[in-house]
Amino acid sequence: MTLRRVVVTGIGALTPIGNTASEYWQGLINGVSGAARITRFDPEKFRTQFACEVKNFDAEQHFDRKEARKMDPFTQYAMVVADEAIKDSKLDLETIDLNKAGVIWGSGIGGLKTFQEEVKSYAKGDNTPRFNPFFIPKMIADISAGYISIKYGFHGPNFVTVSACASATNALIDALNYIRLGHMDVAISGGSEAAVTEAGMGGFNAMKALSERNDSPETASRPFDKDRDGFVLGEGAGALILEEYEHAKARGAKIYAEIIGGGMSADAHHITAPHPEGLGATNVMINALADAHIKPEDVDYINVHGTSTPLGDISETLAIKKVFGDHAYKLNISSTKSMTGHLLGAAGAIEAVACVKAIQNGIVPPTINHFTDDDQLDNKLNLTFNKAQEREINVALSNTFGFGGHNTSIIFRKI
Amino acid sequence: MSEIAQKVKSIIIDKLGVEESEVTPEASFTNDLGADSLDTVELIMEFEKEFNISIPDDQAENISTVGQAISYLEENVK
Repeated sequence: MTLRRVVVTGIGALTPIGNTASEYWQGLINGVSGAARITRFDPEKFRTQFACEVKNFDAEQHFDRKEARKMDPFTQYAMVVADEAIKDSKLDLETIDLNKAGVIWGSGIGGLKTFQEEVKSYAKGDNTPRFNPFFIPKMIADISAGYISIKYGFHGPNFVTVSACASATNALIDALNYIRLGHMDVAISGGSEAAVTEAGMGGFNAMKALSERNDSPETASRPFDKDRDGFVLGEGAGALILEEYEHAKARGAKIYAEIIGGGMSADAHHITAPHPEGLGATNVMINALADAHIKPEDVDYINVHGTSTPLGDISETLAIKKVFGDHAYKLNISSTKSMTGHLLGAAGAIEAVACVKAIQNGIVPPTINHFTDDDQLDNKLNLTFNKAQEREINVALSNTFGFGGHNTSIIFRKI
Repeated sequence: MSEIAQKVKSIIIDKLGVEESEVTPEASFTNDLGADSLDTVELIMEFEKEFNISIPDDQAENISTVGQAISYLEENVK
């Protein structure tokens, strides 16, 4: 059977370096860091006292107070970016077939703040359960997709993917495939995360996953630098409107890029450590290229997972060299997490937005905070250090990998 | 208006996001003030917290208007 083609017709972003897709893009090409001391709670006793928080976000600008109270921040973020993307797409909700409009969202964790607060208040009491009736519907990760569908009346496929830091890319790949197969014409897809809480910071700190560079938060996320010491936790959301190509053309939609394929794989190795030779990372890129029916040489830009952890950055570059051979040296590679921090389940969404904007503008956003080459990495690779580079980008690939050994890779092409 | 009635009204205004003028004794939480079943449960819990009492489920079921809430609390809060 012939698969239908899928294009991106709207984007939205709420990130630590910009609260709309265009502000976010300006932050990316200007090499802005979103990291700073934590303001959400007093981090004094925490090993890591900084994060990439969303700034100047006032829920009551977007929702009435009653509505805002029932949503965890991860859902508030989801609603705000979905709205930006829908408006950007100029979809006419009166005329499209709402039974073929779906919402496939991603979140690694869901309502962590809600969970933390409810359990804390229970623990303070005398064991009498006094849980708020909104506790469960506020916390569950899938409620974000539920809320979005309620707002726009989308009656098509509706769910949330959970694969840690690969969640949003899994969501995008599912949306791609359901549109390809004819189950949907239009999807709101992407992901959101809001884990900068005591439980989130404490939990990741306990794993020794986070950078502890408290004296210089803005240089802490330094993927591929010799002195990288872990990732910087971020929060926020990204949304993309995916639409069947003929559907988009027929209504004269602005088309950002085509999504031509997605790959998935598992390391099947360890719950948190990447495979040392990047086995899963290699396979996932091979799978994505095969799904897109393109050759490695067709790719211009890779937005890497590149979280700034000692092991992960090495195994991902090994994988790139295995998949791309000599062409690896002709690629532009960058980790935008150097600026945004790591948005966990939303990372794939904002990095997809970065790829789409990179294609549209012919600019590769940089990997900032490069100070010292790491001898364990191949320094002949163009990791787009410190400054954005102009380049005609025909094809961009985005990798995201999650704890649990989940790997995803998605490919965008200029149209 | 009693102190209890004042407090009940302000809880309802806060939780349901409604105007003070809508919170009349006859107003039904679900039919007039836009509450769903979860909102109603939350309201009862707020009354319990504010007045430090426990409202048994079978009695909570009979509290569906502003007036019913006020009279229940006036009778049962010491």
